[in-house]
Amino acid sequence: MCGIAGLIHRGKSSNVGQELQGMLQALKHRGEDSTGYALYGDTDGQNFIMRFKVGENVGEGSSSVMEDVSVYDERKKIVDSYISQMGAKIVKEERTLPYSLRYEIDYDKGDLLEFSQKIESIPGVEILSMGKSLEVIKDLGNAKAVCDRYNLGDLVGTHAIGHARMATESGVDIKSAHPFWGYPFSDVSVVHNGQLTNYWNNRRILENKGMRFMSECDSELIAVYLAEKMRNGATLEEGMKDSLSGLDGVFTYFVATKNSLGMAKDTMAAKPLVLYESDELVAMGSEEIAIRSVLPQEIDTYDPFDGEVKVWQI
Amino acid sequence: MANLKTTEKKTKAQSMGLHTEVLTGKTQQKFFNPDEAENFYYWGTYDVDFNKRTELDVNDMDCKEANKKIDELMNQGYGTIVIKNPQGKHSLGVGILNKLNLIFEGSLGYFGVGSIDGPTVRVNGRVGWSCAENMMAGKVVIEKNAGSCFGAAVRGGDLICKGSVGARTGIDQKGGTIIIGGDAGAFTGFMMQRGRIVVLGNVGINLGDSMYDGTIYVGGKIGSYGSDAIESPMTKSDIDWLKRKLKVAEIGEDFDVSKMTKVVAGKKLWNYDALEPTEKKGAI
Repeated sequence: MCGIAGLIHRGKSSNVGQELQGMLQALKHRGEDSTGYALYGDTDGQNFIMRFKVGENVGEGSSSVMEDVSVYDERKKIVDSYISQMGAKIVKEERTLPYSLRYEIDYDKGDLLEFSQKIESIPGVEILSMGKSLEVIKDLGNAKAVCDRYNLGDLVGTHAIGHARMATESGVDIKSAHPFWGYPFSDVSVVHNGQLTNYWNNRRILENKGMRFMSECDSELIAVYLAEKMRNGATLEEGMKDSLSGLDGVFTYFVATKNSLGMAKDTMAAKPLVLYESDELVAMGSEEIAIRSVLPQEIDTYDPFDGEVKVWQI
Repeated sequence: MANLKTTEKKTKAQSMGLHTEVLTGKTQQKFFNPDEAENFYYWGTYDVDFNKRTELDVNDMDCKEANKKIDELMNQGYGTIVIKNPQGKHSLGVGILNKLNLIFEGSLGYFGVGSIDGPTVRVNGRVGWSCAENMMAGKVVIEKNAGSCFGAAVRGGDLICKGSVGARTGIDQKGGTIIIGGDAGAFTGFMMQRGRIVVLGNVGINLGDSMYDGTIYVGGKIGSYGSDAIESPMTKSDIDWLKRKLKVAEIGEDFDVSKMTKVVAGKKLWNYDALEPTEKKGAI
């Protein structure tokens, strides 16, 4: 089933980590296999923030294979050496969990494709996100468990999207969890509720064009699809509108960039979405109870119609 | 499968020739007996006094607790119940089978007031997917917007949304009336079988797709017609009925109903299996 939620504060920052946790926890009955956050924090915009993993969570319910922590350490060493070889410098390093790391990197070349390909050439290493504002945090468990594990409650920012997953099409692991980074574009992330029926056809076409897939989760296609459109000069909104006919199946998805948040709903309107919109805040989720966790007072909400695409700026 | 055999000792129903068989084994079969008063009892209903009014704050209750509490209040004879702080919770006010004034001061989530038979409900907020699904009788008024599958499979009663509704409004509708003050999404009246849908605003694509019967009235623009849905001329009785119904529904009383578009089933799909391949293509 899966649940998605997102919010954007317009003209101010807020405690988006805590707010999104409340929204996703309200949707936990839609899936607790994994939960993911794409948070757009207040940063100085000087350095890239790279969230990456050197292994999988092999806790209860995981479909991943157990590895020794020494394997993670070895992969981390290679990542560090590759970063140095690429002419980048690690400014700050955090290892939240043995398999999950956050680096602040001084990298001025700006070509994230070459950089990412180099880092991800190391087996078992995946960049979860890269950008000057975006941080993707995803792991097994419900919203509160992941928020507590990664201490996301204090994160201040302008907007965020998140996903509560019930695994249906692929494994219970971090690589299949949402949000997906819009590789190799800085600060682009996607969450999706639904099922894409032309996943393999599109994947083959996009891989032939040099795009990369890290999982077998159909939702990853949306991030890659939009990234490829933007690589060819389309705006985010143009790419999203194109996806209504290019992607087959049922879907409601959110996409976020450094300055914007968007939603798209398939032409059958088969997947739910409730939307609240004001001059200060836009909040949306698979169910109204998600919005109620940040706006408990009586508000006006509505369901966007079939084939609708909307984009809001901060 | 149960073992069927004839019985020598006849019940009243059997002596009337209604049936001859009895079931043996684990399955127990109860036949209708006009002498037994309990056969006329509508289980789960209460005699309530509309002048007896109370309020119920469900802020800290889940839907099971809230529905159980509503049931207890009806059992105590309360005929007017005001629900405070519903907060978009799912499945509130379901399965009410008697007359009742039920007022929600706020919004409901999925499956609000589903499977009801008789109550008059007012929701001073929005409702999520599948509001009043399977309603048999009664009146439900939504003051704001509604989600998809509004009035799915309703069999009777009046279901009114003063705002706009999502996709598949009146899907599988089998009776009753659904009235929308604003716009309606795609697949409105999908596989509709009986009853009427009135939309004062615009409707999305595939209106009345594969409808068997029933009537849809649209005041605004139509995105597209679905399979076998066709336009039909408005008659005087249509106009009279619409005027009367909109007045009772407290919605669109000044609306010029004579300019509405009437949509019905073309009924080509009724004989679908008997059609020639070229005719099938035309029907679809």
